Amino acid sequence: MTLSISLIVNGEQKDIALEDPRATLLDVLRDRVGLTGTKKGCDRGQCGACTVLVDGRRINSCLALAASQDGAEVTTIEGLATGDDLHPLQAAFIEADGFQCGYCTPGQIMSALGLIREGLADNDPERIREGMSGNICRCAAYQGITEAVIKGHKAMTDTGESQI
Amino acid sequence: MPDTFPTSGAHTRMGSNSGQPMTRRDGLAKVTGTATYAADNRPEGVLHAVYAMSSEARGQVTSLNVAAALAHPGVVHVMTPENRPPLARDPDSKPGGMALRTEALQDNSVRYVGQPIALVVAQTLEAATEGAALLSPTYAVEPARIGFDGGEAFETDSTGFGSPPTVNVGDIEAGRAAGTHHFDATYETPLQYHNAMEPHAIVAEWDGDHLTIDTPNQAIVMARGAFADYFDIPAENVVLRSPYLGGGFGSKALPIGPQLLTILAARELQRPVKLALRRDQMFGPVMHRGATRQRLRLDMDETGQLTAIDHHTTATTSSFDTFIEGASAASRNTYASPAIATSHSGVRVDTGTPGAMRAPGEATGSAALECAVDEAAEVMGLDPLEFRLRNYAETDPQTGKAFSSKALRECYALGAKSFGWENRPLAPRQMRDAQGHLVGWGMGTALFAAHMNKAEARAVLRADGSAMIATAGADMGQGAWTALAQIAADGLGLGIDQVEFRSGDSTLPNGGVAGGSGHTATAGSALFAAGEGVIRKLADLATEDPESPLFGAGNAGVVARDGRLHRADDDSRSQSYSEILRNAGVEELEGKGEGARDPGHAEARAMFSHGAVFAEVKVDPELGQVRVTRLIGAFAAGRIINPHLARSQLLGGMIWGLGFALMEEGIHDKRTGRPVNGDLAGYHVPVNADVPMVEALMVHEDDDFVNPLGVKGVGELGITGSVGAIANAVWHATGVRPRSFPIHLETLIG
Ligand code: FES
Ligand code: FES
Repeated sequence: MTLSISLIVNGEQKDIALEDPRATLLDVLRDRVGLTGTKKGCDRGQCGACTVLVDGRRINSCLALAASQDGAEVTTIEGLATGDDLHPLQAAFIEADGFQCGYCTPGQIMSALGLIREGLADNDPERIREGMSGNICRCAAYQGITEAVIKGHKAMTDTGESQI
Repeated sequence: MPDTFPTSGAHTRMGSNSGQPMTRRDGLAKVTGTATYAADNRPEGVLHAVYAMSSEARGQVTSLNVAAALAHPGVVHVMTPENRPPLARDPDSKPGGMALRTEALQDNSVRYVGQPIALVVAQTLEAATEGAALLSPTYAVEPARIGFDGGEAFETDSTGFGSPPTVNVGDIEAGRAAGTHHFDATYETPLQYHNAMEPHAIVAEWDGDHLTIDTPNQAIVMARGAFADYFDIPAENVVLRSPYLGGGFGSKALPIGPQLLTILAARELQRPVKLALRRDQMFGPVMHRGATRQRLRLDMDETGQLTAIDHHTTATTSSFDTFIEGASAASRNTYASPAIATSHSGVRVDTGTPGAMRAPGEATGSAALECAVDEAAEVMGLDPLEFRLRNYAETDPQTGKAFSSKALRECYALGAKSFGWENRPLAPRQMRDAQGHLVGWGMGTALFAAHMNKAEARAVLRADGSAMIATAGADMGQGAWTALAQIAADGLGLGIDQVEFRSGDSTLPNGGVAGGSGHTATAGSALFAAGEGVIRKLADLATEDPESPLFGAGNAGVVARDGRLHRADDDSRSQSYSEILRNAGVEELEGKGEGARDPGHAEARAMFSHGAVFAEVKVDPELGQVRVTRLIGAFAAGRIINPHLARSQLLGGMIWGLGFALMEEGIHDKRTGRPVNGDLAGYHVPVNADVPMVEALMVHEDDDFVNPLGVKGVGELGITGSVGAIANAVWHATGVRPRSFPIHLETLIG
């Protein structure tokens, strides 16, 4: 059974012939759309590596069936930079050394973006730590991550980007 | 920090890259999602593999419904012990050195839960997953042996990969008799699982008898050789690519059965095949840290000097292979004592084989030793820092050798001052915060050997004055892409932006092992030496060229700096690299280098990194809940190439210490041997909210002996000391001495 769905991925419409209805949004993004920036760490909603924005909100894409996302607007890590210009959060993660191996990083950055858009970051380290705790970093770059979210949030506020 | 490096020749190279807190060179790739991890490779026509894993811990697989799996749409192949093609190397062989036995469907037997029992290959991941589920295995089950008391005890002839299990110094009985105060306690640490965020993955593709594999690996050229052995092809026929590892922590150096099966399937099907472990599969064939039970006996004279340290460890290993967590080794080099006895024994249980997990032996040993030392300080009525200072090892307790460098006193002082240790009340349960939480302060000593292995590197200076440097290094997050390039740029007297660094690929010179915290020291030394080879040749060209301003400067030597050679005795006379090459009509110059420890220095000195970790915890007196509110470490680890990245490494290690102390525990059901908490919801690792305030301070330390760069290593140091510091703080808060890890809250109440 082939299902046809369409997704708006990073602003581009993708018509996908879904030959297997069991496919998760994560696997469709990685294997069918070819955007492998989004990572799989657990495939069951326990690590946050697969975090993307769907219609502006962060979700674990491993827990969403692609078939149920027909018509959704999906933003992945590949959709953040504009040409060579990094998104302020991306720049902040580099500056604050908010990662080591980098495997959790796409999920961390997307989660940070979601957190900020949800208005939950509040420039308060304690709230950021709480709000980012769905994203495990086994390298434990947590201090850099928290600092990067604060820095990135500030840069976004300065440019008015943190508003939805 | 000095910015010149001593070299063996007459020529000096001035470096301005090392010591700089540069951001990661691979940062851009990692924040944009373009860094390619193994599972991100999608070669044309790739098939997906999933292995079925045993749900029993011991016995035989008696049936598999292969027909059902094959009948599932999309499934193209099912590999079982019946049809598994031969391997040239027996997966149960152990050729020595760094090697462990593994499971690659060599027979129907099952030796732990999670062992691969069949491989299903399909057009899609979903079909392969379903196919594996349809195999519905049946078993002839034998009872599982789990835990210290459920397994079979044995005497071991090694710890780790072949280290001696027993080392004794002095006369332990005499030392014990000399003591007026005695302490004796037993500590336990559980199984722990690496759980790098990137599960092990491989994409394998054959072209005739040439094999290309994309798989994360910490010892690229060594692993290439092992893979070649399994498939009976020359090592040059294997290309192993591992530009980025999503964490390794020791679990990604040795070939494992699932990788071998994937490679076999790719050859059978003549198609590229991809396999990525599921998270629950990370609790079986990919190693773990064995559990330990450690008895510590400390004896002190009335001044609080240790007269004897006796440390015996019993550690779990698998039923079919031996890797014993060498925990007692921590007592060989940390504190001074005229008599030290350290020994190990093993217990065989029905789990996968343990292996090297971040600070293997050191982490568990330090946890127990630092708790014991703290308890001994209490016996003596002494402040824990004062007690440690009274037992400061001026020379290596094990060998009596001088340390190559040891700034531990400075670490104690800096850490204590930053933390505010001096106001600490001696007795426990003396401090509360505004919410009524019990507050406690504890400390621990960090110690990790400054290992080096062997590596090679190549440097090529190009006509335009830029350079290419190469070694098959591994960046699993520690920052090799950056730190090694910094060293190499200095070796060439160039700015880092003029240096192209090739790494992470087995076609390059052997980069050695990213393990034992020795990668920067080893591969860095090789790269630095390769630069030296280039500069020597370049200096010859210039000083022998009558047209060059450097003509005849051979004896005085030249200084290489910022892409120019200068006369050592007259800085105003200089020439650029590109001009030297052009005048000599030379397209490019190549240098080769090796990195390894000077055997004379290794013989003469004891080489360790040191540190002191201070912890503050708050404990809810009703619920027993523990929060680490401050964790401050001060570390001395020789020359720090990149303080920005070294700090991250140390923080990561300290937070691993926090996980060890309070969370990490692999629990296997005693009856079935099944992991009870074999996923990231059950196996807790620290998350962001667990880590409010952690700081790593670095103490300046020059070391002329470890290697010409003066580099030790920081990857594993942070976890040592931290576990003990937190446990000791928990005691200071509650008055309860933790003797079993992780510290369970129910032990702190009631
Ligand atoms: S991969 Fe989705 S939460 Fe872990
Ligand atoms: S950077 Fe390695 S898991 Fe977060």
